[in-house]
Amino acid sequence: MTAELLAVAPRAAVTIAGIEATARIEARPGPGGATVLPVLEGEGPLAVRRIRGLYGEGRVALVGAMSAPLGGDRLAVRADVADGARLHVAATAATIALPGQSGQPAHYDVRLTVGRGATLHWLPEQLISANGSDLRVTTRAEVAEDAVLVLREEQVLGRSGEAPGRLTSRLTVTCAGRPLLDQELSCGPGAPAGWDGPAVLAGLRALGQLLVVRPEFTESPVRPRMLGDRASLTPLAGPAALVTAVAADALAVRRILDEALELLLGEAADGR
Amino acid sequence: MSRAALLVLADGRFPAGGHAHSGGAEEAVKAGRITDAATLEEFCRGRLHTAGLVAAGLAAAAALGIDPLVLDDAADARTPSAALRTAGRKLGRQLLRAARATWPSPELSALAAARPRGAHQPVVLGLTARAAGLGPEDAAYCAVYESVGGPSTATVRLLSLDPFQATAVLARLAPAMDETVTAAVTAARRALDDGVDALPRASAPLLEIGAEAHAAWPVRLFAS
Repeated sequence: MTAELLAVAPRAAVTIAGIEATARIEARPGPGGATVLPVLEGEGPLAVRRIRGLYGEGRVALVGAMSAPLGGDRLAVRADVADGARLHVAATAATIALPGQSGQPAHYDVRLTVGRGATLHWLPEQLISANGSDLRVTTRAEVAEDAVLVLREEQVLGRSGEAPGRLTSRLTVTCAGRPLLDQELSCGPGAPAGWDGPAVLAGLRALGQLLVVRPEFTESPVRPRMLGDRASLTPLAGPAALVTAVAADALAVRRILDEALELLLGEAADGR
Repeated sequence: MSRAALLVLADGRFPAGGHAHSGGAEEAVKAGRITDAATLEEFCRGRLHTAGLVAAGLAAAAALGIDPLVLDDAADARTPSAALRTAGRKLGRQLLRAARATWPSPELSALAAARPRGAHQPVVLGLTARAAGLGPEDAAYCAVYESVGGPSTATVRLLSLDPFQATAVLARLAPAMDETVTAAVTAARRALDDGVDALPRASAPLLEIGAEAHAAWPVRLFAS
């Protein structure tokens, strides 16, 4: 088993408990204003690829990257966007949390920093919590005062027709050193009671959040509103807007978040 | 500490305006998610372990003497719904008025001066407990009890639910309330060293979304 893992993960530390791997991305403004990526390192199951960016931005795809953290794995992604740089990160596939042999939870840590006048679009695919898995996700973003961050998170509780695994997902965002958002969702077997009840998820199996931090929102915050029956758009206490959506399936969540993204980037562009 | 002071503070008749809020129950009743005592209990359990735990952590931290303005920012970050932030500050302002008249203290006056439009209710609650000579456990107990007491009382009015059944729901939640208080106080003590990052931040998507839906209704019985 270990030899097999080593074959697919040549540079990651492999232990009996699981894989430890970190991917690193650094974006910096280069000559002529186009963003360059002096650091672009994958490791083990985390592969990163540069793809063609638009208008001088840096564009990176996490390839199969977020796939399959198994119980006991410790995966981390770190992206630093220097002052004035522009980075867009997407993924080629959904991440599926699966049970491991060790019986230990898997950890997935994402650390993002966005410097002054910099822009980061962090748009990974869904995280699917498979039956029997146990994953702790921590996403922490530090955003400078006049930076732009667009961050999407989607969780799907169980594959099609399957009961969910255990998932704890924390999202912490600071803006100019002040707390902007700190939330933790805990669901699946062993989560505090009531997680599937009428106050939290009410039997729905897909949820998503879209956070948009933009300096324009200081002067003109978004107007709170519903986006359909089970999704809302709300201004945060800072230069940011948050969309929260719950639905029966991942597709419905994505549709709401896509529409909201268009709306939010449009509103900011119009200065409304 | 004075056990009688705890009863004064926790009493539903303490003039702090909490009776005007349903804790999301009004929206959940209209949406058909609360229909009887059993669904009320599930709602309350979910609220206790999310909004209740967060409020208890903030209240315990304030009672321990952590800077209330830092806690107020932490409460903002843990309350993404604008409607819930508005409700929380309104309740905080009303509680602060009542508390300053009941247990005058320089800390309460300083908070009122620093946050004239109101600080988040759990922060005020913790500081009030402190002014009343109570400890972090007491503050956390008030917060968790409120987090389920409000929806329970509101549901009696909204669904004409038998008040005996609603009270039985609260009694069944008692062990979970004890556990939540322990978790909140443990986190608050950790926050003394590690900062407010250590405080609970459990979220309930449907409470957040429902609060925005409720705020947009033209006519409602409860303020939140």
